[in-house]
Amino acid sequence: MSTETFGKWYREDRLPHIFCTGCGNGTVMNCTIKAVDAMGWEIDDTIFVSGIGCSSRAPGYISTDSLHTTHGRALAFATGVKMANPDLHVVVFTGDGDLAAIGGNHFIHACRRNIDLTVICMNNMIYGMTGGQGSPCTPVGKISTTTPYGAAEPAFDLTELAVAAGANYAARWTSYHVAELIKAIRAGLETPGFSFIEALVQCPTAYGRRNKFRQVGEQVEYMRSHAMLLQKKRRLEEQGKDVPDDMFTVGEFVRRYRPALGVRK
Amino acid sequence: MTTLEFMQGNAACCEGALAAGCTFFGGYPITPSTEIAEQMALKMPKRGGVFIQMEDEIASIGAVIGASWTGARAMTATSGPGFSLMMENLGYAVMTETPCVVVNIQRGGPSTGQPTMSAQGDMLQCRFGSHGDISTIALVPSTVQEMFDLTVKAFNLADRFRVPAFLMSDETIGHMREKISIPDSVEIIPRKEPKPGMLIYEAEEDMVPGFPTFGKGYRAHITGLTHNERGYPEATNPELHEALVRRLVDKVESRRHEIADYDAVNTDAETVFITYGPSTRTVRQVLHDHPDETIGHLNLRIVWPFPEDTLKLFPNAKTFIVPELNLGQMAREIERHVTGQRVISMGRLGGTIHTPAELYDKVQEVA
Ligand SMILES: Cc1ncc(C[n+]2csc(CCOP(=O)(O)OP(=O)(O)O)c2C)c(N)n1
Ligand code: SF4
Ligand SMILES: [Mg+2]
Repeated sequence: MSTETFGKWYREDRLPHIFCTGCGNGTVMNCTIKAVDAMGWEIDDTIFVSGIGCSSRAPGYISTDSLHTTHGRALAFATGVKMANPDLHVVVFTGDGDLAAIGGNHFIHACRRNIDLTVICMNNMIYGMTGGQGSPCTPVGKISTTTPYGAAEPAFDLTELAVAAGANYAARWTSYHVAELIKAIRAGLETPGFSFIEALVQCPTAYGRRNKFRQVGEQVEYMRSHAMLLQKKRRLEEQGKDVPDDMFTVGEFVRRYRPALGVRK
Repeated sequence: MTTLEFMQGNAACCEGALAAGCTFFGGYPITPSTEIAEQMALKMPKRGGVFIQMEDEIASIGAVIGASWTGARAMTATSGPGFSLMMENLGYAVMTETPCVVVNIQRGGPSTGQPTMSAQGDMLQCRFGSHGDISTIALVPSTVQEMFDLTVKAFNLADRFRVPAFLMSDETIGHMREKISIPDSVEIIPRKEPKPGMLIYEAEEDMVPGFPTFGKGYRAHITGLTHNERGYPEATNPELHEALVRRLVDKVESRRHEIADYDAVNTDAETVFITYGPSTRTVRQVLHDHPDETIGHLNLRIVWPFPEDTLKLFPNAKTFIVPELNLGQMAREIERHVTGQRVISMGRLGGTIHTPAELYDKVQEVA
């Protein structure tokens, strides 16, 4: 990012940020700012909204007007902002717990309404802010402070959920896939209606440490080597070949133009 | 000019909101408040405003707060169970100083209780329901006309003090039909804008900071975390937290006598009824049937912040009788402020209101 872009979009008087060394959230924030800047949007017509969690702290570092709300409710507040003033571009930062646990109902309804928001979920597969409890996205078998013997419950696939619930745009990438992530966020910002971008992120402090990623680099490398393009997975399935259990899919899951709510007239 | 209409209380509330310039309504249906949402769904689109039925009451108040940040006058309406769900986000509105209007058409509780019956069981919840120390404003209508007038007033107070304002009505008044006169226009007190050079949460002399509407270039960061005057989180500074919360409470409490709205009748009386909402009507009937000056009446249209000076309007008072549709929620507040007078709580549950005979008998018993 050019220093000019950085200086424009970040509140330099608030840095350094609270994210731990090696956390993936900063990367996702930067990718988002690059995409927003590339849209040619202005600081004064862009609003960032978030819930509560490490991920939800992101708006506090960005120069625009922003609303850091209550745990799980970012989409409800964002819906009010966007419906009351469709001229504003509204971007939401959320976490896997914020979005899929306490905020799950708001998530599916915002997708169903197909309200014109772009939502970026930093999925670290854990509750980072509160010190590493299991989330609805903690993979089976993984260790958290509330799943000390390994998570027993199946995890949500957030991007598939967004597709099923009616979002116009849905994509998943990781903090390793910087170029792809920027492109996906840009596509989300461009698509009218509800756009959902899931960014898997490393969380060395609350997740990596407990789950055999001793170095930050190891979890990033895992995301690189275990990400399978959606198209490839579909091809394997068509050919009747096995898709390895430990792979997860990345790519654009849907881009469509169903009628949307709150679109600037 | 005014128009005379025969109207339901809930419809009058909706008319009051529209007259006050409300352009955003987010809600979730619940008896006995639903007619307000239905009227809004009908009327809002024709006026270019927004009606949105949210997925629950948590989302409703969240959307209302979000809309308010764009500068809209925003409102929701609910009843007990929905009101309970709103508590966390109402605390957020207090902490972030977001003006909004919440209408509670009270019904019998706890829990699902008596959906179609009248009650005033949420009078302390609207004051103390959200966690942390807060102060808000609560208005209580006792006529359909007041449903209109006090809804308008609620918007003005919410904007002026940057707090949630509660219209704490009940099933009786919400569903009653009466004649009302609707003025062509109403007084609107707009939100104060920030003065140039002032920080986002830098309060002016009245302890209220100017409102930095989103999209106008203020670049405000709004958070429910304890924040400094720039609006930035600073959650572990004890002095800052204390100063912030004291200001949030004091900006309302220190103006309680200015905010007060009441009628005081027969101020020389020794026995005085204190009422708000439906029991105001019953006491008026008692005074109509027994037009002597020995029965005093204090009717409160604003109960929070509690205007304790109004008690002093009755210098000869020996007894205050407080008929209310709960087990003595406001009587408890009145007890805190009396200077030797006896307070008799006439709490009532079940969904029906006091009869004039019951109240008159109580006066005889006391005398
Ligand atoms: C109503 C409520 N319940 C619980 C909490 C405590 N809490 C704060 S953040 C959090 C989880 C955050 O997890 P996630 O959304 O995944 O964000 P992360 O910190 O991992 O980025 C919880 C449970 C809260 N703030 N509010
Ligand atoms: S706890 Fe995890 S998610 Fe939170 S800042 Fe630290 S590394 Fe990032
Ligand atoms: Mg998380």
